[in-house]
Amino acid sequence: MKIIQAFKMAFKAIASNKMRSFLTMLGIIIGVLSFTVMVGIVQGSTQTLTDSMSNLDPNMITTRMMGRRTATLTMEEIEDLRGKGSVNLTAPLISTTLTAKAGVNTHSTTVEGTTDGYDQIRGLEIAEGRFLTESDVQNRTSVAIVGVTVADELFGQRDVIGETINIDGRKYQIVGIFAEKGSSMGVSQDDHIVIPFTLAQRTFRNTNISQFYANATTENDVAAAVETIEAFMLEKTGNEDHFNVQSQEATLETMNTMVSTMTLLTGFIASISLLVGGIGIMNIMLVSVSERTREIGIRKAIGAQRLDIMLQFIIEAVVLSLMGGLIGLGLSAVVRYVVIPNIPASLMGENGSLTMVISGSVLTMSLMFSVVIGVIFGTYPALKASKLLPIEALRYE
Amino acid sequence: MIELKQISKRYQMGGDIIHALDHVDLTVQDREFVAIIGPSGSGKSTLMNIVGCLDYADEGEYFLDGEDVSELSSRELARIRNKKIGFVFQQFNLLGKLTAYENVELPLIYQGISMSERRELTEQALERVGLKDRMKHKPKELSGGQQQRVAIARALSTRPTLILADEPTGNLDSKSGYDIMQMLHELHQQGNSIMLITHDEKVSMEAQRRLAIYDGKVFPVEADLPEEVLNA
Repeated sequence: MKIIQAFKMAFKAIASNKMRSFLTMLGIIIGVLSFTVMVGIVQGSTQTLTDSMSNLDPNMITTRMMGRRTATLTMEEIEDLRGKGSVNLTAPLISTTLTAKAGVNTHSTTVEGTTDGYDQIRGLEIAEGRFLTESDVQNRTSVAIVGVTVADELFGQRDVIGETINIDGRKYQIVGIFAEKGSSMGVSQDDHIVIPFTLAQRTFRNTNISQFYANATTENDVAAAVETIEAFMLEKTGNEDHFNVQSQEATLETMNTMVSTMTLLTGFIASISLLVGGIGIMNIMLVSVSERTREIGIRKAIGAQRLDIMLQFIIEAVVLSLMGGLIGLGLSAVVRYVVIPNIPASLMGENGSLTMVISGSVLTMSLMFSVVIGVIFGTYPALKASKLLPIEALRYE
Repeated sequence: MIELKQISKRYQMGGDIIHALDHVDLTVQDREFVAIIGPSGSGKSTLMNIVGCLDYADEGEYFLDGEDVSELSSRELARIRNKKIGFVFQQFNLLGKLTAYENVELPLIYQGISMSERRELTEQALERVGLKDRMKHKPKELSGGQQQRVAIARALSTRPTLILADEPTGNLDSKSGYDIMQMLHELHQQGNSIMLITHDEKVSMEAQRRLAIYDGKVFPVEADLPEEVLNA
């Protein structure tokens, strides 16, 4: 009963000085806005990232050569790793950007040279036709598997099996087309051509293998497979700083750690502005207490308990900061649904995208923050008000 | 019933100690109308604060309806102010942001009683002071006399036994002052004890019994007063 009355009084006090109340709230509004927008964008990017990662095989292991080249890998050595220990398949990868031609159409795209098994390791689906075979690689057969973007650009259609394309002066027959994957992190996954590794080495005039992929026999053997590859690489290079072996699982973990660090950091930065807003509330509440000393005296004279006065001022602070929090949330919804969708694409670069998520946890957290800040920063002024002696307060002019 | 026994209150002012109340003995019976007359600085405000449970005495005992008030916590004092005492101040002391109705309702809110009961008591109190038609007005929109009547209604709303009026006519013209005094008489006839504090000889004549206060000491007016009191 008394609480309802206290809320009514708080609204009355806030409404009686609208400009000041708004300026006080502004700190909280900005705090909540920056908190929800910053954390929302980090969470949005994370979602895009994990969506694109989820179709990767957790068994996959990536090996990269690092720093100065002290040793070279050969395709045969990588092939020999197959079946060793817990290692299942292996495939080297070299790639470069080249122009592909078909009739009068040309298209610049990523050309990748690899061996059979690469599609299984990377989880690439063939929509039609087939992937590379061992004999394609051995015999340097001029075959290619293309992504849908390449098919669209060169032929204007996707029924391209048996067609011929020309890359760097050599004719390749298309034997397969990849299933459409869409884009991940703003990069199209459908704009590439795969050709036999042996042909790629010749075409790219590059015999150095800087990376290869492998997978483990089962998901539980990933660590053992990583160890086998590491032992092989150490023997090969003689220096553990010259290579890096990483499982997909480890990559995911690293990313998750990075993302949560980012969320924490942005949340922390935004909380600073919330804190500043809270100090603003305390400041105004202290002014308000001394301005209303006489009112407090009168209330006490007619029978208000210390708790009544305390409650009145705390509720006023909480209502102020909660209103600020709600307005801040409203504005962040405006950012999410109106501002972000209307950012001109030219500002974000090719394939760029900005996603913001307003999750339930961020929503409740920012509202809880507002209430907690109101309580924390309202308590001291309220305590001060409640401790005033009725006669002193009555005498105050 | 009010019983003050050897009540003293001292203030430190600069280097001097001022005896605002000096071993005061005072009894006010139920349904009695007492006026305390004294010049400013005589200690009459201190007396009113102590009787009104707004302040503690340094020494002595104060029994209000048999209850030893000097032993009570500030929480219990607030309860007594709320239930047993109605204040009427010289400066009205209404809350400017609240309407007449809300001002009168305030002590009832602090009692924690239900809304419908509050409405009934508030409207009754406003009706008694003849301002029911003005209850939506804020103090600024009322004349001085009307404001003081709202203050009286606020003092009445909780149905206290004791009305403490501190210079209730001090800020009013003589016509409004007269109306207020009539109202106090009415309350007295309806069974309230009234303690009127004033510096005005004429106003004090309205009471059944008159007491003078000077330099922190209380005398019956019928007795021989010191020269200074009579000339004050």
